[in-house]
Amino acid sequence: MNIGWYLTVSALVFSIGAAGVLTRRSPLVILLCLELMLNAANLALIAFSRMWGNGDGQIFAIIVMVVAACEVCIGLGLVVAMFRRRLPIDVDEMRELHG
Amino acid sequence: MAAVFFFIAGIGAIAGAIGVATVKNPFYAVLALVCHLLSLAALFLLLRAEFIAAAQVVVYAGAVMVLYVFVVAYVGSDTEPVRPAGGPGLRAASIVFAALLAVELFIAVLGSGLKGIDAKGAPYNPGFGTPGAIGELLLTRFLFPFEAASFLLLMAAVGAVVLARRRGGLSDPAHPDEEYVQPIAQSLPEGQFGTIAEGVGDTNPTASLQPAAITARAEADPDDEKGW
Repeated sequence: MNIGWYLTVSALVFSIGAAGVLTRRSPLVILLCLELMLNAANLALIAFSRMWGNGDGQIFAIIVMVVAACEVCIGLGLVVAMFRRRLPIDVDEMRELHG
Repeated sequence: MAAVFFFIAGIGAIAGAIGVATVKNPFYAVLALVCHLLSLAALFLLLRAEFIAAAQVVVYAGAVMVLYVFVVAYVGSDTEPVRPAGGPGLRAASIVFAALLAVELFIAVLGSGLKGIDAKGAPYNPGFGTPGAIGELLLTRFLFPFEAASFLLLMAAVGAVVLARRRGGLSDPAHPDEEYVQPIAQSLPEGQFGTIAEGVGDTNPTASLQPAAITARAEADPDDEKGW
């Protein structure tokens, strides 16, 4: 398969993830959609790595996976903290920092 | 043959992504993301990134998704509000924005004029994408990003513990909304300090030196007071 097909799948998944981040309200689902966007970037990186026959893109993909794991860790910690304090699990209600 | 596998995995990845973004129940959204991640691992295998595919299945579809499932089970899966975000107008605007983003990405990627995009990639080099090759790159050229990533993981672990820990001790049954710290002295039996030795049933050798114990002994036996 040509590299362009992989990039097409990557662009589609990234757009679906962006739509999910914009339309959903539960922070859990927003985190899941962020994972989608990060994984789309990973797919593009690995496709370009294959295109050039060079391993650098794969290293970058591993670093992106590490960053995604950290983001999940902190995000789920925030969700658990919100649940502990009996706050609504809804990003639209989190408006104390609006100013 | 590769084309068949590509279309199966690609359709699985896109269907999983649509499932994540549209399913109401967060638990099913997590399962759709697992489907998406497994399809993506198959795409990585087609791109000859063997180690990344294995790491994707083990780390993402294994560990991270288990964390998600635990948190969804803890918080409760029926948390999605009924009312759409900001009304139907904002929702439609979001979807239009995402469609425009997709069009822009197609123009940027497929219209970039790179000759490699219409080819199958560089000729296959034995050892490309194997754990050995990735490990050699990580420990030679990319040693600093590797160490920075490990430090970032440490900070994230500490941050998650700080964020999710229980604050303020137990809650007072009379006022469940207020934060309440139960004094340690209330929960200890009379004449104990709360040491580990007492916890395992050992006697406290200094219990007789406490003021309460001293006064009690003095009241019980006034003649013994001279001895002190």
